[in-house]
Amino acid sequence: MSALTSSFAMTRRSLALHLALLAAGVAAPFVFPGHTIQIAIFWVFVLFALTWDIMGGQMGYNSLGNILFFGLGMYVCAVAQIAIVYDVAQYTAANGAVRVDFSPKEYFQGLALGIVLSALVPVLFAVVLSWVLFGLRGPYYAIGTLGVAIAAAELTNSWNYVGGGMGIAMPVFPGGPGMRERFFYAACMLATVLCYLFLRWLYSKRFSLAVNAIRDDEDKAEALGLHTSRYKMVAWAVSAFFLGIAGALFGNMTGFIEPMETAFPTLTFGIFMVAMTLLGGKGTLWGPIVGSTLFYALREVTWTYLLGWQYVALGVLIIINVVYFQQGIMGWLRQRRPQWFASRAETPASKALETGGKA
Amino acid sequence: MSAPVVEVQGVTKAFGGVVANRNVSLKVAEGSITGLIGPNGSGKTTLFNSIVGQHPVDAGSIRFSGEEISRLSVQQIARLGMLRTFQQTRIFSKMDCVRNLLISLSHRGSEWGDMFRRYDAQDMERADRLLEFVGLYSKRLQIAGSLSFGQQKLLEFAMALMNEPRVLLLDEPTAGINPTLINGLIDRLKRANAEFGITLFVIEHNMRVIMNLASHIYCMSRGELLAEGPPARIQDDQRVIDAYLGAH
Repeated sequence: MSALTSSFAMTRRSLALHLALLAAGVAAPFVFPGHTIQIAIFWVFVLFALTWDIMGGQMGYNSLGNILFFGLGMYVCAVAQIAIVYDVAQYTAANGAVRVDFSPKEYFQGLALGIVLSALVPVLFAVVLSWVLFGLRGPYYAIGTLGVAIAAAELTNSWNYVGGGMGIAMPVFPGGPGMRERFFYAACMLATVLCYLFLRWLYSKRFSLAVNAIRDDEDKAEALGLHTSRYKMVAWAVSAFFLGIAGALFGNMTGFIEPMETAFPTLTFGIFMVAMTLLGGKGTLWGPIVGSTLFYALREVTWTYLLGWQYVALGVLIIINVVYFQQGIMGWLRQRRPQWFASRAETPASKALETGGKA
Repeated sequence: MSAPVVEVQGVTKAFGGVVANRNVSLKVAEGSITGLIGPNGSGKTTLFNSIVGQHPVDAGSIRFSGEEISRLSVQQIARLGMLRTFQQTRIFSKMDCVRNLLISLSHRGSEWGDMFRRYDAQDMERADRLLEFVGLYSKRLQIAGSLSFGQQKLLEFAMALMNEPRVLLLDEPTAGINPTLINGLIDRLKRANAEFGITLFVIEHNMRVIMNLASHIYCMSRGELLAEGPPARIQDDQRVIDAYLGAH
């Protein structure tokens, strides 16, 4: 996936593959109606890995705190949804004991406003935080971001306005039975597909080469005059944007949110993001997708058959992945089957550009 | 001597108790090839680092075409048009040669929106032309890390040219290169100077190379400027000879 040989336009075969996956996604909740929420969570997992890879894979900045934006989006959306009809402090203080009836109109207006804010507020946080954290490199950056995510969880946990550790019971979806699941399934899938399309577009621009240069040798990139902090800020803001929306949808889908396990779960979702990307192969567009699919399947299997040992099993998987299989599935395929990835490698650069633009 | 494009005035730089540069003053004339020689540890690379903004200086001033730059960052100075290559060659080893050149396009006046643009055909052609200039055209789609050390040096040089600098600081461009390749490199350095009008400021240990290349040479020893002048005079300067042979 590069600025030179890939473009937003697709070949016919690639288009067919994309449409087949899209059709499978649309059909899934009808084929497995009992598992709609589970499959929606799968889409969120794909989004997790895609957004983590922007920085971790393409730019070489391993953030352990991206879950911050997920939780932030979740809470921002919840507060906006409640605030549109009710006093937030009273609502959270009552702990779900007050029965607030949201009319369908109020509900969807609140949700729409909430989703917009849940995208924008995390972007704002990413911009401000990038001033502070991007002075750090390597492991220091990883620990710094982890610290921010843990701090966010603790602060939310003790902030009574948003319910503190008791959490918030989300407004009830107005539709009939089964509608809530399908609605949020569609929303999660849409968010992930839009995220994928946006990244596919973004990685065909100069952005891609610049963040790869930062990954390979940041000092050299600086010596060439590249606006490194600009690129780093944009990369993180893009992650924050989509993660915030995912948080908003996830919170509403779950129906109840609290800081430690749902909004800022650094040790589960926060680590899953990294593990999924590494499994699939970081620094590629499809690696995170393949990785999250496999990871999700393994997670379901271990939760079903190894209950009690599921985290041990995932831990073993991560260790094997990191020690013996660092390049991930897509990286391995690239080594074994280079011809699948070699696009127009024989043409001169100027020709590659022309065909790349038209193909 | 025409107007100086780089003007270093009384620069001092110490690392803890070690004074790497003491009260160094020199000028690099616009359009010239200027040399900087001196024994190992005499402070040449430190001076380069100070000039390109790698670290702040303790005292003194550095001007680039009249503008004070000693407080600017590496990126800002690079965008003004002063670039350096590294003693330990630094390229983007996981990218192919063409991509190495494309990312080296000048970022002078680049705007936020530029990151969402593609490279255009003109950029591609320039990349191909410069790869041809340094003799790497046939390897343009090879991963840069797979090139030999000498070829990587040539690639780094092409990357610098892609950036269209006014001044290029070269830190030991011929170190570790075989003699045949050295002659080609000298030739290309001279052509870059003559055809593209790039002022070169070169650190070099190979006396044959620097005497052949530079029109004006500064010699440093123990952090201080020892001598300056045209190659012929430097060659015969007893202080320079003593410094290299360790008489100090």
